[in-house]
Amino acid sequence: MWDGIGDFLAMGGYALYVWGAFGMVALGLLLEGILVARRRRQVRARLQRQSRRPAAARNQGE
Amino acid sequence: MKKRHQRLFLVLGTLAGVSVATALVLNAFRDNMTFFITPSEVQAKSEVPDRHFRIGGLVEEGSVERADDSTKVSFRVTDTESSVPVTFEGILPDLFSEGEGVVVEGEISPEGVFQADNVMARHDADYMPTAAKEAIEQAEGSAEAIGDY
Amino acid sequence: MTGRSIPWLKFTAPANFYTLAQRLVPWLWPAAALCAVAGLYMGFFVAPPDHQQGDAYRILFIHVPTAWMGMLLYLLLAAYGAIFLVWRIKMADIMARAIAPTGALMTFLSLWTGALWGAPTWGTFWVWDARLTSTLILLFLFLGYMALHAASDDREKGGRAASLLAIIGAVNVPIIYFSVEWWYNLHQGVSVMRSDGPSMADSMLAALLLMIAAFWIYAGAIVLRRAQAEALSREARTEWAQAAAAGRLTREQRERAAVGIEGNRPPLESGGQT
Repeated sequence: MWDGIGDFLAMGGYALYVWGAFGMVALGLLLEGILVARRRRQVRARLQRQSRRPAAARNQGE
Repeated sequence: MKKRHQRLFLVLGTLAGVSVATALVLNAFRDNMTFFITPSEVQAKSEVPDRHFRIGGLVEEGSVERADDSTKVSFRVTDTESSVPVTFEGILPDLFSEGEGVVVEGEISPEGVFQADNVMARHDADYMPTAAKEAIEQAEGSAEAIGDY
Repeated sequence: MTGRSIPWLKFTAPANFYTLAQRLVPWLWPAAALCAVAGLYMGFFVAPPDHQQGDAYRILFIHVPTAWMGMLLYLLLAAYGAIFLVWRIKMADIMARAIAPTGALMTFLSLWTGALWGAPTWGTFWVWDARLTSTLILLFLFLGYMALHAASDDREKGGRAASLLAIIGAVNVPIIYFSVEWWYNLHQGVSVMRSDGPSMADSMLAALLLMIAAFWIYAGAIVLRRAQAEALSREARTEWAQAAAAGRLTREQRERAAVGIEGNRPPLESGGQT
């Protein structure tokens, strides 16, 4: 359907609009994924610190 | 009645109340919610605001005239019953063409010519490849229904 | 409830919810990716250019899914808000709070992709027509929910105020959906959910449906992950949460935690109607 990679990227003259739209969606989803993963890591780390404190004797590897 | 049921009725009541209030407001402002008026309504005069407003319809077939030396363009907007002459200077959207939907924004002169400072194209919600469109147009004799614009 | 009763109440216990999500999400990511890859392939390499808009119409493949997700997530937010207000189920507030950021993102993306679609086709990035304006209000409702929830020092009170806002704002969703039928708009009418069938070529419709599936599954996965983090954070002092954080939550711990929740609440007569 496309006449080479250049033709594909040109998007029939609408490159700026089409890639601007798809790019922002990709960026948005990526950013959301990173933020949620970081939040999850932080919460788990905090809880693991908490559980270690009352039972200091217990040794935890991870 | 249990406390939980009271809260349920309160929530449902709030939602019903807000819905009714919204429906009343939307109904009261019905005319202002409309993005554009039709050429027929312009002809009827009584409803035409003297300030800035928008007219929507189809670009009349064969009415588009472009100036050779500038970006000036004139055409007629029609709803098949009546039409309004429009002049515009500037860049037209890609989908602007005869027989297609259009919304023009501007003011109407005393002579009844609409001087647009903004032209927007309206497209229908049909998506299909060119070959399919041509086949349909051949079958229908390319009669465009006004209801579809 | 029809047939075998589904243990709805079971997942009002954060510990049970956490475990369910833990099992579900690893399947959701690859499913979403698969749908997205198939949808993008159909959308860019099978679906032909549109007769009117050329290749610009391909923005539809992400514009429609994000716009639908925004509305759907708002209805879910309002439903969970109502459940929280009426039954005071903590898990409903956790879910509502996990939905809001994704809903806001989806609505923002639908506005962004719509602007980039409108610019070349309509000739304008933005107009104040009913469809676009009501969608902008939807974004503000999501942001308002998040702000109201975060503003209160008392999470219970903040949650109640935010839930009320979510319920009241739900009237906006039908307005968005039907705006193209009720008023003259610059925005075009509906293409997919039409009584006379979708007004799209088959390959375009296939691409769109695959992308819609991808966004549904993605939203499910990310919301469950966010809700998991929120549940752990709220239950930080409990045995199950600390075990879950370390990645070794046993069945016994989970059941003990759930009994604490279910034990002191009378069973519901019916599911969560709103």
